[in-house]
Formats: sequence, C-alpha cells, structure tokens
Amino acid sequence: MLLSDFGRIGFDPFLEMRRMQQEMNQRLAGLTAGTAQEFPPINLWVGEDRVAVSAELPGIAPDEVDLTVRENTLTLKGERTPRMEDEKFVWHRRERVYGSFSRTMQLPFRVDPEKVEARFANGLLEVELHRPVADRPKKIQIKG
Amino acid sequence: MAQELKTTERQVPSKLDGSERTRSRPVIVPRADIYETQDNVVLLVDMPGVASDGVDITLEKRTLAIRGYAADQPHQTYRQVYAEYGVGDYERVFTLSEDIDRDGIEASQKNGVLRLVLPKTAPAKARKIQLKTA
Repeated sequence: MLLSDFGRIGFDPFLEMRRMQQEMNQRLAGLTAGTAQEFPPINLWVGEDRVAVSAELPGIAPDEVDLTVRENTLTLKGERTPRMEDEKFVWHRRERVYGSFSRTMQLPFRVDPEKVEARFANGLLEVELHRPVADRPKKIQIKG
Repeated sequence: MAQELKTTERQVPSKLDGSERTRSRPVIVPRADIYETQDNVVLLVDMPGVASDGVDITLEKRTLAIRGYAADQPHQTYRQVYAEYGVGDYERVFTLSEDIDRDGIEASQKNGVLRLVLPKTAPAKARKIQLKTA
C-alpha cells in the first residue's frame, strides 16, 4: 500500500537510494584509479648476475626519457606533456597523469654502467643491467 | 558495495557479455582521457606493451569496445622480485552519445597510447511538429 502510494506520486526512495549508491561508487572508482599509483609503475626481475627493470611509460617518446645509473641505483626521469591540437576543448574524463616524473630505484647489487641495455617499444621501457665481473660472488672449493 | 569497490583495483573479470574468457590472463581496465573539441570527441587510452596489431576496436550500435592484447614479458628465466603493475589484456567499454559520425572514426596507436577521434555530426535540426486540427 505504501509502495503503491509512492509510485503514484512519482517518487521511489529505493530507486533513489540505488541511484545514489551507483553514483557514489563511480566517483570512488575514478578517484583511486587516478591517484593511487606512482608514475611510472615499475617491475623488477633478478637473474644470475643481471637485473631487469621494466616501466610502463605510455605516451612518451624514447628520446624523452632520461636514464642514469650510479652504483646500485637507477634513475628514470622525463616528462609527459599533453598533446592537444585544439586550444578549445572540454574534458569528459581525465584519468591519465601528465607532468614531469623522476623515480630512483635501488637495485640489489652494484651494476656496470658500461653494460646497460635499454629497449623502448610501445610505451614499455625495458632496461637490463649487469653486475660487474669483479663483484660477482666467487665459489670457494672446500678441500676434504 | 564491497563488490563494487573491487573494481577499483584496475583488474576486473571480463563482463562485456556476462561470459568468461577462455584465456586466463588478467584483464586490466586501461586509463583513458576523453575530451571534446569543436568538431571531435577524442579518446586517449593508455595501453603500454600493446603493438598496433594487438588493438581490437569494435563498435556495435552505441557501444564502443576497446581491447588490447599485450605480449608476454620475456623474463622467464628471471625471478621477479618487485612488481607494481601486472601484465594482461586491456579491456574497456564506452557508450557513445548518438551524435557521433560512426563512419568517420579514426584510430591510431603510438608509444602505447591509442588515440581515437570520433567526429561529431551536425546537430540535428529542431523540427517543429504541427498539430492537426481534426
């Protein structure tokens, strides 16, 4: 009886509540997706006497990234600039991050600055660094 | 509520048509920018690791689905010690407004960013409806 009364006057509080919940969830989803992570996100792999670092750098040209190696740290620097061809535009959605970034990561061992291979394809940077020969662990034979 | 909040982890199961995928890779919702200029609506979608032949765009009625398939990372013999991002397929669906010229949509992929230009059609002319007197 109560519900049908609401239907007649054109206001359903449950529908309104559901709509509010949906709207709230959408807003929260946008908030965390946009700000939660550091830029760029990196992955780190360790092999025998070498370490591989990969970073997601979409929208950045290979010559816009600055890579420096020092002892056991690797620094990634660069800037992501928005490329809008038109002066007049209205945002509908803005989730991608722009601006300059700099990240320094500590590697598990010292690396040889002369032996660094970096590849950049489709917005994915892959850097492979090698441990200097002098620093490699030496196996010691035990005499019986 | 809890189930809704899970989607903020950027990894959601594919639910485009309520079915499951056959490949058991994670599905990532890519970040997107959408802006509107005088003539176009432009979409920029971040899909790092996806080559231009790995992009799949479908438009069915007003539903624009964007999918990107990334290549596997070549570090099988290595041990992963730290991870901030996961590798998977990208998938995102948008509903377009009706005033888009569907035949003039342009897509390009550069440095892992997909750029879609959706041209707006001329605004529909307002039509006055005459009432007939019986």
